Amino acid sequence: MVLATVFESGLSMEYYLILSSILFVIGVVGVLTRKNAIILLMCVELMLNAVNLLLVAFSNYHGKADAQIFVFFIMVVAAAEATVGLSILVLMYRNARSVDIGLFNKLKG
Amino acid sequence: MELQYIAYLLGGLTLGSALMVVLSPHPVRSVLYLIITFFLISANYILMNAQFIAIVNIIVYAGAIMVLFLFVLMMLNLSKETEPKSSIFMKIAAIIAGGGLLTVFISAIKKASLMTPSLGVDENLGLVKELGNVLFKDYILPFEISSVLFIAAMVGAVLLAKREKQIID
Repeated sequence: MVLATVFESGLSMEYYLILSSILFVIGVVGVLTRKNAIILLMCVELMLNAVNLLLVAFSNYHGKADAQIFVFFIMVVAAAEATVGLSILVLMYRNARSVDIGLFNKLKG
Repeated sequence: MELQYIAYLLGGLTLGSALMVVLSPHPVRSVLYLIITFFLISANYILMNAQFIAIVNIIVYAGAIMVLFLFVLMMLNLSKETEPKSSIFMKIAAIIAGGGLLTVFISAIKKASLMTPSLGVDENLGLVKELGNVLFKDYILPFEISSVLFIAAMVGAVLLAKREKQIID
């Protein structure tokens, strides 16, 4: 028998809600604790992926394909963001010889 | 019934490797754990019958974005010794803030009333054919705009990372 959704096997939607909440919070804690700017960008990617996971779960839950298209667009925006963010980081490293975000508080009056 | 246990196992592995991204002190190891996390999230997508998104996740995230991250990390020659440390006060504050956020999320989820799942779901929903129909019928304008975004990002990245000429006049 082919199951159309994983939810027909008795898995509840709350499982995916809680799983992606925890993934998102791990990303938030990573952004707050780490000081390496590259790892900060990686934690932002982790948060985007938590949202993607929840969107796919809801798409499967309701049987609509639109949420998966949104996931596709989120990936497009994430790729663009990663390229621009990393080139800004390379520029930062060239000026300060470090990626420590503690060194970049020069806008602080 | 077994599908449920596979889902729990995959979820636990995903959370574990995501936690290792934040905890591991070595930046290259962080990137490798993030690649593992993306593969596990792709496995979650396959479990939910979203084959196209799973493949695109592997190609775009694990294939392109993470290789870019790894490339930049190796070019900048970062290691465990040069890794900046944050203070213990900052770590405790971050964990309290994250715990508070998680508590808010979970209490909101507990209060929410979910619709019953649609049972007669088409099992071909996540295949390229179905998604392509939706993408090129209903979402054609955002699709074209995203290509403009890509060109802008590409030009921006090249311009930013280009070394400026030091010669005046």
